[in-house]
Amino acid sequence: MANTITITDSSFVEDVLQSEKPVLVDFWATWCGPCKMVAPVLEEIAGEHSDKLTVAKLDIDANPTSAQDYKVMSIPTMILFSGGKPVKTIVGAKGKAALLRDLGDVL
Amino acid sequence: MTTPPTIHDLIIVGSGPAGYTAAVYAARAELAPLVFEGTQFGGSLMTTTEVENFPGFKDGIMGPELMEQMREQALRFGADIRTEDVDELDVTGPVKTVVANGETYQARAIILAMGAEPRYLGVPGEERLLGRGVSACATCDGFFFRDQDIAVIGGGDSAMEEATFLTRFARSVTLIHRRDEFRASKIMLERARANEKIRFITNAQVVEVQGENSVTNLVLEDTVTGERSDLAVTGLFVAVGHDPRSSLVAGQVDRDADGYVLVQSPTTATSVPGVFAAGDLVDRTYRQAITAAGTGCSASIDAERWLAEHAAADLSTASAEA
Repeated sequence: MANTITITDSSFVEDVLQSEKPVLVDFWATWCGPCKMVAPVLEEIAGEHSDKLTVAKLDIDANPTSAQDYKVMSIPTMILFSGGKPVKTIVGAKGKAALLRDLGDVL
Repeated sequence: MTTPPTIHDLIIVGSGPAGYTAAVYAARAELAPLVFEGTQFGGSLMTTTEVENFPGFKDGIMGPELMEQMREQALRFGADIRTEDVDELDVTGPVKTVVANGETYQARAIILAMGAEPRYLGVPGEERLLGRGVSACATCDGFFFRDQDIAVIGGGDSAMEEATFLTRFARSVTLIHRRDEFRASKIMLERARANEKIRFITNAQVVEVQGENSVTNLVLEDTVTGERSDLAVTGLFVAVGHDPRSSLVAGQVDRDADGYVLVQSPTTATSVPGVFAAGDLVDRTYRQAITAAGTGCSASIDAERWLAEHAAADLSTASAEA
């Protein structure tokens, strides 16, 4: 049922940096209310655009290294990776229309 | 020929304790309410930690968990909850219209429960460094400030709660308040005062947030002498109050000078027939989850009675359109 994939610090290189498709990484944690708000929207986007985009969820509590590497200081933060590089950072919960606008370059 | 639009009995806009409670009551009353909870649903409690004063939860409950339960409760009775933001409202006529995500919805009655949004300081550097040390959510972002020196701005319960919560992570928390009196309740203030990691600076305000890629310094100004000083911190949490989210109904229902929607107390009726308002959108005095839930309940009962009393006239209009 889940359209998003779950990634970890140790799978980050393979799942994100070496991915053929652009990957939107959702840095989240269980204690974060706004992360819960954005989760169903990300599921929808992942389902509707699976041909062009992978949406990956990274629990920063269990996987703090990647969050540190990309200087995440606020969650939810979503970073779009393309060709192994971060190309766009989205901070804070947003609605579907706003997120789709932010992802316009790859969708 | 296009299908005539459905005219619902009731639309609820908003989803904090007020919106969800209104939804629970309206759904149980078989009004089949359509609820626009917004993409950032759940209201102000979604960014709080433990709620210790909501009756019935004697051991406390996490804010997001409480909101999840209210939402589930509304769903259980058949509320039609849409995770969409409302872009336009026209509530002045006998049929109210709501535009969300490009679709138009209609109802005979409407409950406004859009709540309030946190106020920012509006000083240079604040917006630029949002998410880079400036945070709107202590519970979300406290984690990132482990063993660092940070500041909380404000003098109310939210500021005390955030400061106390953030000491779990931070090395030190400086609480900055522009006066030397506090609006915070005694229990919250005492708890913060007793915490040795929290330092108070009163009669001071932040005039600039500095830092190249992330926050490194705050420029403070003494509100009495005007003298400026620096405070080296890596995090800034702003808790200086809220503004009612009433812009969608500006010019349609009566509001006070600060934008709070005016109601005919003790009812939740606004200046427009069939339009009711509840929660922080209305309340500048109490602003508690339980009072919001209370007025949400009142609004639902007010709307239900209003619909019953105005059924005949409106039904003839509705059937003529159908």
